[in-house]
Amino acid sequence: MSILVLAEHHDGALAGATAHVVAAAQQIGGDIDVLVAGENVAAIAESAAKLDGVSKVRVADNAAYAHLLAEPTAALIAELAGDYSHVLAVASTTGKNVLPRVAALKDVAQISEIIAVESADTFKRPIYAGNAIATVQSEDAPKVITVRTTGFDAVAEGGSAAIEAVDLSFTKGADNAQSTFIKEELAQSDRPELGAAKVVISGGRGMGNGENFKLLDGIADKLGAAIGASRAAVDAGFVPNDMQVGQTGKIVAPDLYIAVGISGAIQHLAGMKDSKVIVAINKDEEAPIFQVADYGLVADLFEAIPELEQQL
Amino acid sequence: MKVLAAVKRVIDYNVKIRVKPDHSDVDLTNVKMAMNPFCEIAVEEAVRLKERGVATEVVAVTVGPKAAQEQLRTALALGADRAIHVETDERIESLGAAKALAKLVEEEQPGLVILGKQAIDTDNNQTGQMLAALTGLPQGTFASEVVVEGGKLKVTREIDGGLQTIELSLPAIVTTDLRLNEPRYAKLPDIMKAKKKPMDVKTPADLGVEVASKVKLLKVEPPAERQGGVKVGSVDELVDKLKNEAKVIS
Repeated sequence: MSILVLAEHHDGALAGATAHVVAAAQQIGGDIDVLVAGENVAAIAESAAKLDGVSKVRVADNAAYAHLLAEPTAALIAELAGDYSHVLAVASTTGKNVLPRVAALKDVAQISEIIAVESADTFKRPIYAGNAIATVQSEDAPKVITVRTTGFDAVAEGGSAAIEAVDLSFTKGADNAQSTFIKEELAQSDRPELGAAKVVISGGRGMGNGENFKLLDGIADKLGAAIGASRAAVDAGFVPNDMQVGQTGKIVAPDLYIAVGISGAIQHLAGMKDSKVIVAINKDEEAPIFQVADYGLVADLFEAIPELEQQL
Repeated sequence: MKVLAAVKRVIDYNVKIRVKPDHSDVDLTNVKMAMNPFCEIAVEEAVRLKERGVATEVVAVTVGPKAAQEQLRTALALGADRAIHVETDERIESLGAAKALAKLVEEEQPGLVILGKQAIDTDNNQTGQMLAALTGLPQGTFASEVVVEGGKLKVTREIDGGLQTIELSLPAIVTTDLRLNEPRYAKLPDIMKAKKKPMDVKTPADLGVEVASKVKLLKVEPPAERQGGVKVGSVDELVDKLKNEAKVIS
């Protein structure tokens, strides 16, 4: 068996999420190759080569793969996939965009967002917003899989895998007439990334407006936390949508999750109920969030939050 | 141009699901069903494209059991012109659905196909991407804005760090994210009128496709229950518990 892992990278750096997917690949067993596709990705390949358990890093460095547009990237992976029993990627917006296209090109099903490896062909994945866990078995070759990073601890960095360029002679280079990258508007933040933060503090509709989200800054600074939001807060325009935690936003599992003014709808719980410790601050003592919270404080957040910030 | 909007019948998003006692699947008996929320957004966008004069015809399509015709009627009431139902009682996952939809794309030759980004039952987030692969068309997934201009499609996509804008040649496949639009409600007169709109029923065999899922579902279990927590009386007590009991802050 051999496994191909698509490297996740942003702004010229390997994303930490990749190390979680390599961990999932190790549980499946076999040689693990990492594919680094993009433009000017030499430094990213160097980082990927350091991940424990990686046998080889394959580099597809070409303008056609800049921004990892689905059409050229899926064609590339489908071309390479024949040599592998499994193809894995992070269940990020990149992995979710590209991998199903790869699966269909290979005429195989995809198994989305696995949280556990039972064996090389059997996996666990959440369905119905995480309210049921399905165990599924696939006889496909290759098995195309996206990995929910919160289900696997990242591998360490101590390796030194070989790095080799992928022979791109099968493609006519940037022969992608179907899709063109126009622009990206990325939220600038000095805080840790939501998916990787050890502490997350999230605000919901109870915050009242976008201005009040600043109340969470002080606590986030003191705890080194990322700031998240419920869908209600995003839909109300309080904060941008890349902060959304939930079934259709980001899935987080930090050591500490503080939910402020969040009622705790099924769809939000899907994104955070695997956190180690959950704290809920809400003035409605009937709010469903209290059913999953380890520590609940029934209080007006506008009084409790400044007090909490002071005490930390 | 013609627009195809794909819809799926799923458990209503507000229902708290139950796993069957024999762990074979989720219990769907006597549970309220509805159109998948992302599909509502897809139908809404298709209808708006028609209202803007971009689309000439909106065709709602689904792959699923007989009862899924309810959701097609909903789509017709929301403004779709006609419907196509690929009827099957098989357990379907994304690849099978995408294969059936690819045949409909071949037959109907739409300029655009709009699907939801994921169904809230399987949470797969695959069908649109697979359809794009099978038809050889470009894809604009997780769209929060769609503009047709100069024979091209400009799609703003929700990605992990913010927003990305891409331009696609037409025909193309688009999948909807939550913030693409606010779906309208069907009005009673429109619901009555929808009963008279044409609905074409086909089988996977008519299309020459195999739709059953090849991935075996071995078991469905409820997730591990979280231990019920405690209510604290004050911020002091909360900070004390986090430091000394949970040891998550120092």
